[in-house]
Amino acid sequence: MTGGDAPVVEGASPRSATQTGPIRAVPVRHPWRWAMAAVLAVLVAMLVHTLAFSTTEQPHATGSRFGWDVIGQYLFSSHVLDGVVVTIELTIVAMAAGVVIGVLLAVMRMSKSRLLSSVAWVYIWFFRGTPVFVQIIFWYNIAALYPHLTLGIPFGPSFVTLNINSLLTPFIAGSLALATNEGAYMSEIVRAGIISVDEGQAEAASSLGMSRSKTLRLIVLPQAMRLIIPPTGNETISMLKTTSLVSVIAVPDLLKSAQDIANANYRIIQLLIVASIWYLAMTTVLSVGQFYLERHFSRGSLRSLPATPLQRLRQDLTRLRPQGKPRAEAMAKEFREALDPLLHGRDPLGAPHD
Amino acid sequence: MIEPMVRAEQVWKSYGSLDVLRGIDLEVSVGEVLCLLGPSGSGKSTFLRLINHLEKLDAGRLSVAGELVGYRERGSKLHEMTDREIGVQRAAIGMVFQRFNLFPHLSVMDNVTIGPVKVKGATKAVASERAVALLERVGLKDKMASYPAQLSGGQQQRVAIARALAMDPKLMLFDEPTSALDPELVGEVLDVMRGLAADGMTMVVVTHEMGFAREVADQVVFMDDGEILEQGVPSVVLSNPTNDRFQAFLSKVL
Repeated sequence: MTGGDAPVVEGASPRSATQTGPIRAVPVRHPWRWAMAAVLAVLVAMLVHTLAFSTTEQPHATGSRFGWDVIGQYLFSSHVLDGVVVTIELTIVAMAAGVVIGVLLAVMRMSKSRLLSSVAWVYIWFFRGTPVFVQIIFWYNIAALYPHLTLGIPFGPSFVTLNINSLLTPFIAGSLALATNEGAYMSEIVRAGIISVDEGQAEAASSLGMSRSKTLRLIVLPQAMRLIIPPTGNETISMLKTTSLVSVIAVPDLLKSAQDIANANYRIIQLLIVASIWYLAMTTVLSVGQFYLERHFSRGSLRSLPATPLQRLRQDLTRLRPQGKPRAEAMAKEFREALDPLLHGRDPLGAPHD
Repeated sequence: MIEPMVRAEQVWKSYGSLDVLRGIDLEVSVGEVLCLLGPSGSGKSTFLRLINHLEKLDAGRLSVAGELVGYRERGSKLHEMTDREIGVQRAAIGMVFQRFNLFPHLSVMDNVTIGPVKVKGATKAVASERAVALLERVGLKDKMASYPAQLSGGQQQRVAIARALAMDPKLMLFDEPTSALDPELVGEVLDVMRGLAADGMTMVVVTHEMGFAREVADQVVFMDDGEILEQGVPSVVLSNPTNDRFQAFLSKVL
């Protein structure tokens, strides 16, 4: 509907009646949102109360229900910190070895040799088909099956014989189990990445005279990275948590260290919370790292990169501005002043200072 | 007698039960431009890909500059070449693809230098100098630092030509180099190819550009159903085609 037959709202400014000015509409009310918010507020209040203010129900004990004093006491104790280091070491070793095994398996699976691809298939089938928990216990007890590791000519004379029991410490057994298992999962991720690269890329590389290994290394894998990186980040975060399983074979990781302390002082819940706080802190750091890594590798494929949290904050603040409400103005100004030093003195809103 | 650049004798190729090439006999002399014409599915692209061993032939003999492609003849026996030996052969044959196939993760400069540096072992400095000259030749010197995705199709194809030329090939293969381009971008690519032909480069070009074939080709070959049905000098063959199917084909594309 256009032209002069538009209904003229009483009291409306002439500008809004022309139908071309900026729209100023009364927003739709959402009463159920407010109801939900009220319910959630109560639940949050209960959570805060039970976490911080309720007292213990244990006989002969005083203090908060959760025993925050005990948690604070052990959070940075040397035994727990040693466990954190072991957990990080396990994660790095298992992921690094897992990625190497994964790339090898992926290349083997795509090999034209039926033998190589079958071997890779069987490996993946086996290590994905049995629980990693079982595999950890299996590696730990492998000495029962093979007491000695012998280097020599197959079915012929041997040169060196090693005792598996002394060679395979719990840490090495745990690393082996996690890495061999991770390799099976990584190989599928790497394979999916390699397959996603257009065949024409390999053809162009070979017509330049590149060998197959150079083509893979210089042309295909770098392009496959964009697809390989995000799930590998997920795998790393998942691995960090999965390492806690090795506590069962007495590797002194974070969980085992916390359990050791709990076994001595019976504060089981408190030490589980200590371990959980550390796991959460480490996975949070990894998640942030993953966000920026993904952002980096999506360069050249996305037209505009996703905003970083800082950029999003700036956008939100900028959006507040056009409404012209004094409160929003004041808030924006406050934020701007707080953000200024972070943003190298640049004005985040691009507004002129008065 | 001078050895021809490409010699095909009774070349056969099949995918399963489908015979794509059925006894191709062809010679391309040094410095000659040969245009391969034919409807899609006629086997012309497959033949081109056989020349640098992206596909393996099933029967016959195919040689480039007197050397069998992909095989070595010892006595009466053929031996498959290794990956490395085939690489050496391919390095001397430039190939330009319909869909450009530039490396999207590398800059234009790196696209052009990666071959000489990684395959021929040239130094970065020498390869860069040569790359600048080649990019200037295809009119894209100012795009050195760009990435393929930032270029138009015509520009990408010209970079692809520069990339192939960087290997100093003795033979250039073009697989429908303008078929994926918007009409207004075809000219800039054909101009570069015209320049190459004028410089005496031996070229085998699969194309639907009849104007280009008429003007630049020394020899045109019409293929259909895996066979050569007509061949000769363009001024003669394109004006007075004798084969029925070639006549029908020409009436459709002209």
